[in-house]
Amino acid sequence: MQSTYTAPRYAYRPAGDAGAHHAVIVVGGGMVGLTVALDLAQRGQRVVVLDDDDTVSVGSRAICFAKRTLEIYGRLGLGRKALAKGVTWHVGKVFFQDRPIYEFDLLPEMGHEYPAFVNLQQYYIEQWLVEACVATGFVDIRWRSRVVGVLNHAGGATIEVETPDGRHMLHADWLLACDGARSFVRDSLGLPFVGKVFRDRFLIADVVMKADFPAERWFWFDPPFHRGGSVLLHRQADDVYRIDFQLGWDADPEAEKEPGRVAARVREMLGPDRPFELEWVSVYTFRCRRMEQFRHGRTLFLGDAAHQVSPFGARGGNGGVQDADNLAWKLAAVLDGTAPEALLDSYDTERVPAADENILNSARSTDFITPKSDAARAYRDAVLELAEHHAFARPLVNSGRLSRPAVLRDSVLNTPDAEPWDGGVLPGAPAIDAPLADGWLLGALRHDFAALVFGDAGDVPQGVRPVRIGMGAIDAVRRYAAHSGTVVLIRPDQHVAARWRGVDAAAIAAARDRALGLGA
Amino acid sequence: MSLLTEPRLDDADLLFETLVEAHRDLDAEASRRLDARIILLLANHIGSVETVREAVLVAREAVKPRKNP
Ligand SMILES: Cc1cc2nc3c(=O)[nH]c(=O)nc-3n(C[C@H](O)[C@H](O)[C@H](O)COP(=O)(O)OP(=O)(O)OC[C@H]3O[C@@H](n4cnc5c(N)ncnc54)[C@H](O)[C@@H]3O)c2cc1C
Repeated sequence: MQSTYTAPRYAYRPAGDAGAHHAVIVVGGGMVGLTVALDLAQRGQRVVVLDDDDTVSVGSRAICFAKRTLEIYGRLGLGRKALAKGVTWHVGKVFFQDRPIYEFDLLPEMGHEYPAFVNLQQYYIEQWLVEACVATGFVDIRWRSRVVGVLNHAGGATIEVETPDGRHMLHADWLLACDGARSFVRDSLGLPFVGKVFRDRFLIADVVMKADFPAERWFWFDPPFHRGGSVLLHRQADDVYRIDFQLGWDADPEAEKEPGRVAARVREMLGPDRPFELEWVSVYTFRCRRMEQFRHGRTLFLGDAAHQVSPFGARGGNGGVQDADNLAWKLAAVLDGTAPEALLDSYDTERVPAADENILNSARSTDFITPKSDAARAYRDAVLELAEHHAFARPLVNSGRLSRPAVLRDSVLNTPDAEPWDGGVLPGAPAIDAPLADGWLLGALRHDFAALVFGDAGDVPQGVRPVRIGMGAIDAVRRYAAHSGTVVLIRPDQHVAARWRGVDAAAIAAARDRALGLGA
Repeated sequence: MSLLTEPRLDDADLLFETLVEAHRDLDAEASRRLDARIILLLANHIGSVETVREAVLVAREAVKPRKNP
């Protein structure tokens, strides 16, 4: 079916290093594994990536990449490419039966390098990640290399790898399990992955057509062309549209995938005169679950291997990319010897609450879309009936609460505010972008510890890169609630570590050390 | 607890009659949706999820079998 994209085939090459020892091995060359590998490589670390396949993600998977993900990819050098290729959007519309009832704008203000969302097929991101990883010269991606055995011990992990040439062992000081929702590493360590399954099925059709639909997210409850169910429409690159039909639990997944039947549903929606071609069709059941802990000694879990969500809210891939963003600088600091191993506990304590927030939001959306009792359905329909004429009901309409970056509010790495602040960006929150005289604020941070130094502020310590911001940069000043003398310390993953109204270099150094896990 | 459970209504009999009358001619499903709309409107009027949660607890307690003394 697929006509707009030809997946690359990556050649298997015998590694010939049976029994070898590597500092970092990533299991799974999907979106998250490749992201963490690239981030580590850009920090000068050598990484081996093992993937059981020889290509990128196939079929209908992630399409909505959130602002924070784009910013992370901006730091890694892929953000502009995603922006250029993808479809930018920030408005979502919700329809009930034949009328619009609710509209939301996810980024109503100007002055950010990246928009609220870019829709782009996951395979493009993965292909570019592969290319970027290879270009660093630090990432050794081994295709058709399936991990079939794992032994986790105090000093690292010993794994067994199956390749076209047979099986061999490898040793890793650090094993990053990025092997997806059905994680072999997780299962072979006997680690539970619990949560809930939603009793519903969704038909996902990717359709190629020429249409001038606005670049917005459109969601219908009970539309005339699909009575009783919901439908979601997204525009992607290459004139591909994602249409998502709720089928109900009793639907027969095999019969529903039959192209004639899918085409009939799509024609019912688009009208008889709009030519289209089916690009890809699948039927999914969604679930929300996570591991209890993401760090198990020297094995760490990222992405879908650690947590899985329903796609309403686009929190799966976007959450996984934030895992990679959170872990890479910490692991690099541990490998460099600038931080103690205990810093990696904060990967767990920061990302578990983030996963819970994603699970809570996507579970609530799915419960709204798929009411689990007659009472739930009555409330859901009551909300929809009221929303058209009564503003109060509109915020209750939940067709997906779209991915927002985690605010690591309670992290031990934060230095709490010592002075009163009215607004601004609190410790633990991701830094907010703003235009500066010579580019973008986030672009100026790059990936070291950096300090935003507003107006007339003093020195920063060695090892912290100062980004001086004049009081004329009004967006930055307003967004950080800055006065002249304000300093905001930013971690290598661009989360705020500390902020002061006035500070000396020693206090900044102490906050930096705290963020490196060198004691409070 | 901020939920008020002492008598406050200006006309108790009229309230009861109003609620019952509202459901005239409705089947079970339509009734349930009407109740849901009424509750949503009143909840917004109250403006506090906490108060609604208290009401939920009190309402659920009301139909629990009492323990024998
Ligand atoms: C229909 C749908 C729509 C979605 N939409 C969005 C969206 O809009 N936005 C969003 O952010 N997310 C979305 N997601 C979620 C997103 O696709 C996933 O969260 C994301 O792919 C997770 O990436 P990952 O790298 O953790 O896992 P995966 O992408 O599953 O990658 C795992 C990799 O590990 C490899 N592997 C597995 N086992 C082994 C082994 N034993 N040895 C070696 N390699 C192995 C696999 O081949 C694969 O390459 C959607 C998902 C679906 C299903």
